[in-house]
Amino acid sequence: MQANDPDILWVEEPKLGLAGKLYLPLIAQGLTTTTRHLFSKKITVSYPDTEPEIANPLIYRGVHRLNRDEQGRVKCVACFLCATACPAHCIDIIGTESPWPDREKYPESFTIDELRCIYCGMCEEACPVDAIELTSLYNLTGRTREEMVFDKEKLLSVHDQTIDKEPMRSQGGATSQGGFP
Amino acid sequence: MLEALIKIVVVIGAIMTAVAYFVLLERKIAAWVQDRKGPNRVGLPLTKVRLFGLGQPLADGVKMMLKEEYIPGHVDKALYVLAPISILAAALATFAVIPFGSVWPTDGGPIEFVVAPGFDAGLIYVFALSGIAVYGVILGGWASNNKYSFLGGLRSSAQLIAYEIPLSLGILGIVLTAGSLKLDAVITQQAETGMWNAFVQPLGFIVFLVAATAEAGRMPFDLPEAEQELIGGFHTEYSGMKLTMYAAAEFMHMITASFLIVILFLGGWHFWGLTGSGDQITWVTALIRVGVLCGKIFLVILGFMLVRWTLPRFRFDQLMALAWKVMLPLGMVNLVLVAAMVEYFPGAIVDRPLIVFLGMSGLTLVSLVSMAILAPLGSKQQPSTLDAEMT
Repeated sequence: MQANDPDILWVEEPKLGLAGKLYLPLIAQGLTTTTRHLFSKKITVSYPDTEPEIANPLIYRGVHRLNRDEQGRVKCVACFLCATACPAHCIDIIGTESPWPDREKYPESFTIDELRCIYCGMCEEACPVDAIELTSLYNLTGRTREEMVFDKEKLLSVHDQTIDKEPMRSQGGATSQGGFP
Repeated sequence: MLEALIKIVVVIGAIMTAVAYFVLLERKIAAWVQDRKGPNRVGLPLTKVRLFGLGQPLADGVKMMLKEEYIPGHVDKALYVLAPISILAAALATFAVIPFGSVWPTDGGPIEFVVAPGFDAGLIYVFALSGIAVYGVILGGWASNNKYSFLGGLRSSAQLIAYEIPLSLGILGIVLTAGSLKLDAVITQQAETGMWNAFVQPLGFIVFLVAATAEAGRMPFDLPEAEQELIGGFHTEYSGMKLTMYAAAEFMHMITASFLIVILFLGGWHFWGLTGSGDQITWVTALIRVGVLCGKIFLVILGFMLVRWTLPRFRFDQLMALAWKVMLPLGMVNLVLVAAMVEYFPGAIVDRPLIVFLGMSGLTLVSLVSMAILAPLGSKQQPSTLDAEMT
């Protein structure tokens, strides 16, 4: 690219004052900033010794949970919207006829491969009944690949574990109003 | 003979340990300035004691020693091996004439805190060796047979030669007031008058400070090894112990620069009302003097490390403009001022120190301001061919 290329926009530099031309006052100014940071509060978290503070658990994207309704049943209606929205294809649902009168289907099996998941939260956005949600549990570990594939029971147990600290995002879902119209 | 050998062992041991811990300090300062905590996990080996990360230098050293020392196939082997050795040797040899304190009183006469006492050309020796350090960098860059390394070596040679001149001009003022090239004579002169050279010639102090930073290759003058542009510059092709030697030599340059700044301009081991000035001292005073000197060195190094995180790196033309258009004239002005003072007002430093300090500070301010107004160090972004077409 030539220096006189019309696509180059040459910007006029701001004129320096006397302090800027002397250079030393500006260095002193910069050193003050540096020194202030030297003594300021550190933001490092010494992780295994101290747990990080999650500012807003409601928008954190950690391990998934399957929510229960008031009667303790799984809220999911096996509509497959989350599995369709999932860019990593980590959700596997087997839907079957519901034993309850307020909905047509429910998931016989619902598994999420937590190793394959990219924690984008699109399943949560897609869900029409607020059944799947991401919690603020971040330190997820396991010894085998198999144990990192969470089934329905495991996902429901995550709900039981976290529901006290993290209420459901919305209390009104289609199921709580008595099923699909 | 035995005395000199003991001194050499102590000095090399102390310097190497200091270098290892200054690396840790640099990492710590870097972390603190960026609001992090820095390395704090490594403590005593094989235990769970952490000691605020003080074991880190040991771990780093062991790691570097056990690393594979890979010599690329395309290098000039002899020079490639010679380069880090020469730069480390030159950096270490500098400490032969640098005093680490004043004297230690014994029954057989005082022992001086310097490996080669009574060496008359101390200052010249230091600058001759800092000139040899350039060879290590250029040789490494050339022998690596790599464009990045070569560019780093070239930049280094240009930069170091350019900043030798303001550095020497800053020293000439000191030599004029002290009347000697011996480093301990410079300290003694400052201790006797109680006027540190930084107060007598502030302009020379500024010039020397900037030039010494550039000579040590510290930020913002670290163009020879700019990671972002040159992937490490002259040491791109080095690994293992050879890389460690380069890094150690670099830190030693910083320590040497701090020693010179403190000895030449900040009074060496002298501090008002604490250290006295004569040679007839008790061992308590001797220890205090060593402590004062080390404390000052530490503060100067701390300053270097803070400046590193304050100023961005210069562009190469800015670097050269600073050396030739600003530092060189200022150094000359300082030399003339000091020469005039020594010629027309001899003894003024002793008789009227306050007037000397105020007068020299005023003249420094005047020359800095006139420099800023008459020849500002502007940065020209647009290429000059464009100006012709635009007008």
